[in-house]
Amino acid sequence: MKLKTFFLVALLSVAINSAAQEIPTGDLLVRNATVLTITNGTLENTDVLIQDGIITAVGEQLSASQDVPVIDATGMYVMPGIIDAHSHIGISNVNESSAPVTAQVSVGDVLNPYSIAIYRALAGGVTSSHVMHGSANVIGGQNETIKHRWGLLDPDELRMAGAPRTIKFALGENPTRVHGRGNNKRPASRMGVEYVLRETFAKAQRYQEAWAQYEENAKTNPRAIPPAYNSQLEVMANILSGDILIHCHSYRADEILMLLGVLEDFGVDQITLQHVNEGFKIAPELAEFGATASVFADWWGYKFEVYYSTAYNAAILTRNGVLTSINSDSGELNRHLYHEAAKSQKYGDLSDDEALALITINPAIQLGIGDRIGSIEVGKEGDLAIFDRHPLSVYAINQKTVVDGIVYFDVETDTDDMRLIVDPESTVDTVVLHSHDDTHQCLYEGSLDLYDFLESN
Amino acid sequence: MMSIFYSLLIAVTLLFPPSLEKTDTVTALTNARIVTVTQGTIESGTILIQDGKIIQIGMNVDIPEDARVIDLAGLSVYPGMIDSGTQMGLIEVGSLPETRDASELCDLSPQMKALTAVNPNGVAIPVTRVSGVTTVLTVPSGGMLPGQAALINLHGYTPQQMFAGFEGVILRFPATGRRGRFDSRSEEEVKKAADEAMKKLNDTWDSAELHNRIDSTYQTRPEDGRKPEYVPSMEALRDVIRGEQTLIIQVNAANDILAAIEWVQARDIDRVLFSGLAEGWRVADKIAETGIPCLVGPVLSIPTRQSDRFDKAYKNAGLMHAAGVKIALRSDDTANARNLPYHAGFATAYGLPIEEALRAVTINPAEIFGVSDRLGSLEVGKEATFFVSDGDPFETATTIHHVFIAGYEIPMESRHTRLYEEFLQRSPGLHKHGQD
Repeated sequence: MKLKTFFLVALLSVAINSAAQEIPTGDLLVRNATVLTITNGTLENTDVLIQDGIITAVGEQLSASQDVPVIDATGMYVMPGIIDAHSHIGISNVNESSAPVTAQVSVGDVLNPYSIAIYRALAGGVTSSHVMHGSANVIGGQNETIKHRWGLLDPDELRMAGAPRTIKFALGENPTRVHGRGNNKRPASRMGVEYVLRETFAKAQRYQEAWAQYEENAKTNPRAIPPAYNSQLEVMANILSGDILIHCHSYRADEILMLLGVLEDFGVDQITLQHVNEGFKIAPELAEFGATASVFADWWGYKFEVYYSTAYNAAILTRNGVLTSINSDSGELNRHLYHEAAKSQKYGDLSDDEALALITINPAIQLGIGDRIGSIEVGKEGDLAIFDRHPLSVYAINQKTVVDGIVYFDVETDTDDMRLIVDPESTVDTVVLHSHDDTHQCLYEGSLDLYDFLESN
Repeated sequence: MMSIFYSLLIAVTLLFPPSLEKTDTVTALTNARIVTVTQGTIESGTILIQDGKIIQIGMNVDIPEDARVIDLAGLSVYPGMIDSGTQMGLIEVGSLPETRDASELCDLSPQMKALTAVNPNGVAIPVTRVSGVTTVLTVPSGGMLPGQAALINLHGYTPQQMFAGFEGVILRFPATGRRGRFDSRSEEEVKKAADEAMKKLNDTWDSAELHNRIDSTYQTRPEDGRKPEYVPSMEALRDVIRGEQTLIIQVNAANDILAAIEWVQARDIDRVLFSGLAEGWRVADKIAETGIPCLVGPVLSIPTRQSDRFDKAYKNAGLMHAAGVKIALRSDDTANARNLPYHAGFATAYGLPIEEALRAVTINPAEIFGVSDRLGSLEVGKEATFFVSDGDPFETATTIHHVFIAGYEIPMESRHTRLYEEFLQRSPGLHKHGQD
């Protein structure tokens, strides 16, 4: 074997090894539960069978081979694993706030499988999170959709392979504060935000055209010169071609209408609006565009752009035909998204299925994975949360959380201390006192620390 | 003459919208399930209220002929919930300094009174009270001695009308814990800051005690004493030292709680409450021994240590109660103080007996704040401050139907409900006003 070939084969086998890295999956039979399928109603005394991480049967008195682990869920409620469409857990950085456009960076590069926040989310029945870049920039970095496979230590094993790429945009107070007020750089106003969007999309269009031209030329001219590669415009071009979904931090009705106008002009037809506290004001326009919304159940009042809010937002959007989810944006709130859904049900009389869809199938659709998770159906991935009571009750406690057919959280058998790592340089047990402002991670996005900002003003 | 009469009438009508009118007329709430909290539950009974007070409660109550009758068949009456820690009325929009009146500049400003800065028209007030939370402690923040908290009812046109009869001096006890996950100070820096703060606290208290001694001497023997200098902060602390004013100590980490207990005993402070107590469960026995009542919360929060079980914050109130600590719950929130019943619900789900959770948002805080002659339970002679629900108020799906505060029937609306009414079916919808 020639040396060159040897290296090539060696290199190839390394590549194959890492590509073929198997995400563990399990078999599981959940017996005799009240199954909240979300998409096919509620089934009493029903079993759910998962094989190799995939739901293969939902029905009464299912049979499985002897070696399949069985959970007796008599008297319990089984729902699809909860999906958090807006989170910042499990990453070591949130913002690359050095410029108003940072499309080329990705939080997927800083996944931290040791973050205890992943386990705590699991404890609340959450199986997937859309881990997002912060809101410091008009066009921020790319996000990562992860599954909460607590205990797997390779960051890549957290990724939900095959989930569409998504990117964070942000309008309003945060980017204008960070760049305009903080660095004396555009945008300092909502006018500037529109300008940054239009300028960047226009450049991306030119970039796309230049590459298309080159590829055309290359067919006849083997010596055709390609345009300069630009990692930022490459990502922007992927947005234009529909390969990357936009999730835009936005609050006010006017700025959202501005964004829809920009997207229309550049031919982008998919958008999920994040937070969108004033979405209720323009629900007909959102429905007409086909925009979807991911909102808080009841957070408001923490800054001016959420002063004119209503906890009935999810209900108004839903009734007007806007696909809506409830997200956490918080390492505290994500532990009780089922309770957040219950509040959204209370404020506007949603049905049980409508309320639970806010934290299951709807966020799945917004993340482009509605065909894989978000409901209990044959063929979908085996992600479940098993509650002792109906999950819309304030007294409900999640008993077990299942990802890919494997139980990753068990309220009975898990020890108190579930850390995967102990920092040898820290004191034995550091006490962190969390305040509301602290758990609200969006407030901290950007270069200004709100705590210091408030304290110093 | 008549025109003056009518304009006066109109003026009065504008000032007091009919729904908020409190008259001598008796209001009878009939066929209600009455959860008195202190005297059991009446499955079907009547409450008579007049002039802002409860005048009768029972199964067989004679209803005066001219009484206004509200039939509450199928509904339950509970005493108004009390949130033992908010910044209601002090903060309108969290991030806007112009709308925040919770903090003064000095580290030591115990003479500052939250009641002074309460805005009776704060938008969060109606949002909160329609949830059944009728009364809140509103608390200044910032610095070591940020000022005096005030107990307020969530109805009134002036702070004085809202005042519910209790004020207490806040002390933010020197903390060895980190302030949230963005606190990047080193271990040494944290300890140094806490040591310095402790020294400052003791120096301040030494001065206050000295000031008190000088003043006491002067009061008893003005002829041979000297009048103490005018130092407003010292006067505020003097009231605490003399046991005429309550000291509310905000403290969270286990070691800090122990240090606070030691400090309270060393300084011989009579009227004292603890507030926060995120790690109260770790030293619950020690707190119970002192008999110091605790304003605990928020329940919906993250455990203080990475090694702690995921549900420790939810269990904290129940564990403290089990150890014998008298507790009241606080949301530590303002815009969403309306979620107090859900803090109680989570505490219940994770071990606090439901009767105790109910007491922790009603009679316990009323007793702790010394206003149980007015608030905290449904009893004859107390203020008519209560809410009517279609079930367990801690359960999320439960709807609150009526709220009364000191006899005033509160309109069941807020910015949130009004926006819902306006925008559920917006008119015009799409494409009107001459646009395509």
